[in-house]
Amino acid sequence: MLKTFRLGGIHPQENKLSAGKKIETLPTPGQIVIPLSQHIGAPAVAVVQKGDAVKAGTLIAKANGFVSAGIHSSVSGIVVKIDDITDASGYRKPAVFIKVEGDEPEPFIDQSPGLNKNITLSSEEIIRKIADAGIVGMGGATFPTHIKLTPPSDKTAQLLIINGVECEPYLTSDHALMLEKGNEIMVGTQLLMRALKVKRAVIGIENNKKDAIVHLSDLSKNYDGIKICPLKVKYPQGSEKQLVDAVIKRRIGSGKLPIEVGAVVQNVGTAFAVYEAVQKNKPLFERIVTVTGKGIKNPSNYRVKIGTPVNELITAAGGISENTGKIVGGGPMMGKALVNAEVPVTKGCSGILVLPGEETARKERRNCIRCSKCVSVCPMGLSPYLLMTVSEFSVWDKAKSECITDCIECGSCSYTCPANRPLLDYIRLGKNKVQAHGVSRIV
Amino acid sequence: MDLILSAVISLGVIGAVGAVVLYFASRKFNVYENPGIGLVNDVLPGVNCGGCGFPGCKGFAEACVKADSLDGLFCPAGGMEVMSKVAGILGREVQSAVPMIAVVRCAGSCEQRPHVNIYDGVLSCAIAASLYGGETGCTYGCLGFGDCVESCLFDAIHINAQTLLPEVVEDACASCGACVKACPKNIIELRKKGPKSRRIFVSCVNKDQGADARKECNVACIACGKCEKVCAFDAITIENNLAYIKFNKCTLCRKCVKVCPTHAIPEVNFPPEKEKPPVTVEENEIRN
Repeated sequence: MLKTFRLGGIHPQENKLSAGKKIETLPTPGQIVIPLSQHIGAPAVAVVQKGDAVKAGTLIAKANGFVSAGIHSSVSGIVVKIDDITDASGYRKPAVFIKVEGDEPEPFIDQSPGLNKNITLSSEEIIRKIADAGIVGMGGATFPTHIKLTPPSDKTAQLLIINGVECEPYLTSDHALMLEKGNEIMVGTQLLMRALKVKRAVIGIENNKKDAIVHLSDLSKNYDGIKICPLKVKYPQGSEKQLVDAVIKRRIGSGKLPIEVGAVVQNVGTAFAVYEAVQKNKPLFERIVTVTGKGIKNPSNYRVKIGTPVNELITAAGGISENTGKIVGGGPMMGKALVNAEVPVTKGCSGILVLPGEETARKERRNCIRCSKCVSVCPMGLSPYLLMTVSEFSVWDKAKSECITDCIECGSCSYTCPANRPLLDYIRLGKNKVQAHGVSRIV
Repeated sequence: MDLILSAVISLGVIGAVGAVVLYFASRKFNVYENPGIGLVNDVLPGVNCGGCGFPGCKGFAEACVKADSLDGLFCPAGGMEVMSKVAGILGREVQSAVPMIAVVRCAGSCEQRPHVNIYDGVLSCAIAASLYGGETGCTYGCLGFGDCVESCLFDAIHINAQTLLPEVVEDACASCGACVKACPKNIIELRKKGPKSRRIFVSCVNKDQGADARKECNVACIACGKCEKVCAFDAITIENNLAYIKFNKCTLCRKCVKVCPTHAIPEVNFPPEKEKPPVTVEENEIRN
């Protein structure tokens, strides 16, 4: 009997079209556009100017405050301008435009291909290096990693959980990374253990990636304290709270973080980035992106420089078919449709999903029949039908008392609703209202 | 016969006892309400729009009766007509208030502001705004799903089928401000209705830099500053790449309307201008 989380959850069709595809390196395009806000928290502040020459790995924007992360150039070239660019949500955000010239990395980056297993640094030094490298949560949440590694003084971490779940359908970037960079992930995990001063780490992997489970289990024999935990396939297991529940059977209270039960969760992509940052001095300027979907000719996994326009990835994967309905950044459950294909790949972009029109069209909304399917699938134990109604009719104090802010926006309710009700749309609206204003001030 | 008689008597006695109990209870638990409240409430429109700032018409009536003067108390839905009736009932003076109206500060119709993507989610401005910037390049402009229309209790705002922008019905608008609150993009503003309903305002809320705003929409304010320069009354300010006309200072001279290169300042309800000899480009430059 495989472990999984106890409350709710769904199992959508997996559709892992690009599973088993090797990671290919995408050729560098002629121009790169690097947005200054790629993480949760304050946008970074540009430290380069128009005309500056940069190399791959040069810091181009420094962190603005504690909850922020620095941003590094992913290519060598000349800064053309610092201007606004339309981001994935259609809003204009500042970005650094770099014209690519040559392919020259910063000299401090260790280019040697070998595995460096020697951990010499102390906890503080590791955390500082992680912060300097601009590493953020690579699973999509993009929370700056160094903050997660610095728990509040009254809490101590006891267990590190590495998230190799990849529960979103279609996406295979973490899967490909675990198969090809298993040793690096193991060393990265040990670095994170050292940073957190914990003795144990568990890598949670869903059972639809059996090859990754076998591969990492073999490797884990050489590394102290790291265990592999195969998990039953269930969405949204990749969410922090659900993963903690699945692995150590502890539930986290409303509005609390995993550190409350002594756990810290990091993505496998983050562990790999930590390895490269600490052992190879390489800042975060590349990531693995799955380009997939039924609308794309050749689903693949690419190693992509941050700032590459999405249409370069799509072209490399064979282009899109004519009846394409939406291009989604992220997975089909939590990803958001892109407003155009020129938006750049950012640190949190795990996949580009091209879906045909008939799969993306909304179906006609009908009346709620009180079947309570949404209640039974909600992994947070909420009542989505009720939250939707109170949001629709602006009963914000009720929305707050029904814990609308606990919603993790996984979309299980909307997915499962037989009446095609837009549950998550309204819940997200109510959540934003309650979070932004506090109930008393909302009119 | 006995049966009927005994029934009448017993029910009569029960009724009489009940009446006595109710009489004393109503005396004991009587809550005094100023009769003025009911009288004022009767002349109010009774739509409970909340435009006065009180929870419904009854709340406003209570506030009117309680207050020493009617300063700061105004029923926007009823206007001066209703307020003078209220003043008559209470025997107080009412200050004349400037009639207001809701104006939609976006002129980006489908032709002026081309769509760059298609939204197929829930047809609600609030939800679309919580997801992304909108169907056009302009992230400040009207989304056109009609949250304002739904919020209006007076049927005074409608979406024009051609332009896909909301239009306010002059006579129906009670200036209660419900649409102002409903609009997630803060496009609708309550402004002075103006003499003979004539008014001018900047019909744009785009805060992008001029060149970007111009790319996004043909009738966007590009913050060129011409209106600010031409205004002799200090009524126009430019902040965050956007011009704003203060309606308290504006004298409706309409100089700004003519100089605006993107026609972002419309004139409402003015009679058509008399033909004047056309001003040549050279003359115009000399004047500037």
